[in-house]
Amino acid sequence: MVNLDLGGASVEIFPLGESGLVVRFGETINLTVHHRICGLAAYLTEFPLPGVIEFVPAYTTLTIYYDLWKTSFEVLAEGLKSLPLNLPEARAADRPLIEIPVCYGGEFGPDLEYVAQQYSLTTDDVIEIHSSVTYRVYLIGFAPGFPYLGGMSTRIATPRRESPRLSIPAGSVGIAGEQTGVYPLETPGGWQLIGCTPWKLFLPEQTPPTRLTVGDQVRFRPITHETFIQLRNDSQ
Amino acid sequence: MSLRVLRAGMLTTVQDLGRTGFQQYGVIVSGVMDSLSLRIANLLVGNPQQAAGLEITLMGPTLLFEQDTLIAITGADLSPRINQQLVPAWRPVWVRAGSQLDFGAPRFGCRACLSIAGGIDVPLVMNSRSTCLPAQLGGYRGRSLLMDDSLPVGSASPQAIQRIRHLAKAVSDQSMSSVTWLAGMDLANYAKEPTIRVIPGSQYDWFTAASQKTFLSETFCISPQSDRMGFRLSGPVLQQQKPRELLSEAVTFGTIQVPADGHPIILMADRPTTGGYAKIAQVIAVDLPVLAQMKPGSKVRFQAITLEAARQEFRSREVQIDRLRCGIALN
Repeated sequence: MVNLDLGGASVEIFPLGESGLVVRFGETINLTVHHRICGLAAYLTEFPLPGVIEFVPAYTTLTIYYDLWKTSFEVLAEGLKSLPLNLPEARAADRPLIEIPVCYGGEFGPDLEYVAQQYSLTTDDVIEIHSSVTYRVYLIGFAPGFPYLGGMSTRIATPRRESPRLSIPAGSVGIAGEQTGVYPLETPGGWQLIGCTPWKLFLPEQTPPTRLTVGDQVRFRPITHETFIQLRNDSQ
Repeated sequence: MSLRVLRAGMLTTVQDLGRTGFQQYGVIVSGVMDSLSLRIANLLVGNPQQAAGLEITLMGPTLLFEQDTLIAITGADLSPRINQQLVPAWRPVWVRAGSQLDFGAPRFGCRACLSIAGGIDVPLVMNSRSTCLPAQLGGYRGRSLLMDDSLPVGSASPQAIQRIRHLAKAVSDQSMSSVTWLAGMDLANYAKEPTIRVIPGSQYDWFTAASQKTFLSETFCISPQSDRMGFRLSGPVLQQQKPRELLSEAVTFGTIQVPADGHPIILMADRPTTGGYAKIAQVIAVDLPVLAQMKPGSKVRFQAITLEAARQEFRSREVQIDRLRCGIALN
């Protein structure tokens, strides 16, 4: 493990196997760390270091995968040290605000009632709380295009279901602890489902292949069942 | 040219070396489990190493070749037969049009690779022909092969065409013909109960001294709940010094995670891009093919080596493969 100063931030770097390098910016989720990760990702996209194949931004880390024939952990570490001191932090204002339509409750959100009961709220309260905040895409993982969104109110934070569902419909909006997210594909999963979006979040034929990318700002807009059907038909 | 599926096997998928470059979007890499086998099979039939072939699991399918072609079978020994005759593995084999390939009893390993001159020519999805089973993406309609599928095959390289001519000349009415040499089998280092080499993972220190020792000295068993996504290990339980929360971060092929129940999981080809469990170790790249050939129920041990030693292994392996490439081209 190596400690170094990266664009004014103190980071740890360590290997992930023979061809991975992890840059760790800290151990807790916060916006400063997130902005630094987005800043490094933006920099590496614009000025790729030789031998880098791809990178994966996460909550407090950015992992770089590289070609061991073209570079090494040591060479990349040197390359990171010599990055400009004031790495452009990807500011909230620079990112687009994406508004995702969601039909809450009913068949689309089988756990909405449960979440409401947890805090003696009405389902309308839960919808209001969930759709009145701007979220951040901290990470895309678990499944192609699955966004882990940070910034949800603790007033509706609900642990995962005790037994995961074997199949969750694509578009389902869920809550797990203080995180919220959207299942882009039909997969198994344990999040509490409160609604569903007619949008497709994973678009394998497009570049990039996802509707959301790390660093985006997201809001949810409640829609009716009719609008859901209409939007879903439009997108097909 | 196409390859017809007359009978589906247990699990046969189109795979290449994986769908890299999209992990920041959560796109699963997939690709062949035993990359060494696929690369060598491709070299044997004059394909680029990254061409798509078939990964055949335990009980193989029955396939019909519609034209004369050149194939190579590597990896697991699943008793491949052409018109009832055993097919020699780890070498280029000329196959007559109308021949049927089927598989008998699995004799060693878990996954055979079949390459065909020209490669399996399914459409590229995000730069790869790999089948990603969890997302039902790529490969042949995003799924494993079924009866009556017809797989498109690309154009054979000049090297393959020359080999086809040469091998076809030597036969009278046989359905297949091969060369006298074989290549690459010795590189694989397959073993029934292998010792897999690992580099300590980034949370290795989170585990108790006793568990660290257990991990590197005891025997673990590949559980039946193992697939292309990951191998679950049964055996001794590994304990952390104190429960600690890890935020999800990138994981890769061969990452060994330990969830709360203390039973390690080795992430394999269809792994998700990120994970939130403590990483006790990382399997070194050259030992992944050995692991990929392990069946549920088989036993494995782990040995720690340094990152530098792992890199040396990687480099010498790549040099060996390159020598093999030159040797095959000259023969």
